[in-house]
Amino acid sequence: MAIDRETVLHVARLARLDLTEIEADRLTLELGAILEAVSKVAELDLADVPPTSHPLDLVNVWADDDPRPSLSLDEALANAPAREGDLFRVPPSHGPEVSA
Amino acid sequence: MIDTLRLTAEEGLALIEGGQLSSAELHAAYIAAAGERDEELHAYLRLCEATESGGVPIALKDVISTKGVETTAGSKILAGYVPVFDSTVAARCKAAGMPIIGKTNTDEFAMGSSTENSAYGPSHNPWDPTRVPGGSGGGTAAAVSGGLAPWGLGSDTGGSIKQPSALCGNVGLRPTYGTVSRFGIVAFASSLDQIGPVAKTVRDVALLYAIIAGRDANDSTTVELPGAVELPTTESLSDVRIGIPKQVWDLAGIEPGVRASFEAAIETARSLGAEIGECDLPLSFDYGMACYYLIAPAEASSNLARYDGVRYGPRVDAPTYREMVEQTRDAGFGDEPKRRIMLGTYALSAGYYDAYYGQAQRVRTLLIREHRAALEQFDLIATPTSPTVAFPIGDRAADPLAMYACDVMTIPSCLAGLPGLNIPSGLSEGLPVGLQLIGSQFGENALFRAGHALERAIGFDTVPERLR
Repeated sequence: MAIDRETVLHVARLARLDLTEIEADRLTLELGAILEAVSKVAELDLADVPPTSHPLDLVNVWADDDPRPSLSLDEALANAPAREGDLFRVPPSHGPEVSA
Repeated sequence: MIDTLRLTAEEGLALIEGGQLSSAELHAAYIAAAGERDEELHAYLRLCEATESGGVPIALKDVISTKGVETTAGSKILAGYVPVFDSTVAARCKAAGMPIIGKTNTDEFAMGSSTENSAYGPSHNPWDPTRVPGGSGGGTAAAVSGGLAPWGLGSDTGGSIKQPSALCGNVGLRPTYGTVSRFGIVAFASSLDQIGPVAKTVRDVALLYAIIAGRDANDSTTVELPGAVELPTTESLSDVRIGIPKQVWDLAGIEPGVRASFEAAIETARSLGAEIGECDLPLSFDYGMACYYLIAPAEASSNLARYDGVRYGPRVDAPTYREMVEQTRDAGFGDEPKRRIMLGTYALSAGYYDAYYGQAQRVRTLLIREHRAALEQFDLIATPTSPTVAFPIGDRAADPLAMYACDVMTIPSCLAGLPGLNIPSGLSEGLPVGLQLIGSQFGENALFRAGHALERAIGFDTVPERLR
């Protein structure tokens, strides 16, 4: 199962990775080889087999809606690369100067 | 003078409780041992000051959040990240008075089988420093084996506790899924990740498991243990039925020395009274790897979406939000996380989801059924843990599929959510070989009993020959 470079770049965009040219070339080869190995799962006819998302049979439990202490704003913001007041500061995501 | 290479945690605890030694003195002895040997082994990413007392010091894998102590998961994208809260397992160790010796090296985001994927350089095997200690928990395994910690905690997604324990000659437990809290653990693949103990003896592993296991209100996937953890004392295996998957004998890539050690361990089990038989796990051996390398990367691609340069970690400045995120992630993640994020994103993307991720989830159901059937016939399943002994650093680093093959025998039971214990079974070419015992769900006590009896009979010396 080969994967082409265009698909790799599409997936990188979905995954929010700004791959370098060299990385895109290498991943095209490596992902092709890995996909060939994992495509083995397609050999099995599993139409009647239910999927497993989790190895334990869990049932939902409800918690009382009791307020509890949580992190302070300063703690929550302590590791932020950029902060402004009580907010995480980030570059603009839209506006006249930002292209989609 | 404390011999950190030989002292077990249980012996350390007896010394502390008997008043002959304090936690702080013991902690200092391990820090001194690290000063002596860690330049060579690189088991630790950083050492910690002793802040707790009364318990035996411990090493924690660097995916385990420790309040006020940098926690990087072996990644540059978490460089400088200092948790503002403790993970539940760290909090439970601290509540038991256990001072932290240090944070141990790991493959980046626990993705790997050698620690060569750590952004901070590989750890080295105490038995032969030119070789890998296994991974991803190679730092904890090297620390325990090299006398830099009496015990430690690792995390296991597809073999990251069991395989390094095998390669370094330690005892390591991957507990039943759901028995140990993941609150405050850097997530890799959430339907698989488990935290577990690594030590020199099965009894130490059981002691540590008793401290960390049990329901945690902060992790909704945890459950109460059905019974108390029992410290094993038995030296007999009478009435224990052990199944060996017949596929083990045909598996390509098992080294002759590993096979010989495995056969000898099975003979030892037989001589202790165990009933040995053959079980059948055809799909686990044929499709386990493919299933795992779809499910784990899919979950990883989702879990690692949180590293966006907004809330923590270094940021690459860029004019727009999207460019900042994409450039931060490309600069911060190493090759292996990128491969898995890409693979997982692809397997989950429109048009491919059913063929890859959906199909892998169905295979997983069959692996669970297959293990359940085997464990109706037998109390335990036994295999070698790793097909090879520790390999030279650099040998597999350039070939992702060769690295993935390290975990061929540890992966299937992880997908099935079952507990697995590695104990050393002997040496091959002067390097440790591991025996893997797989138990039923919540069957830790049975693993401890069998592991303890075998450990006593095998009499493996856990101290690396060159350090004796």
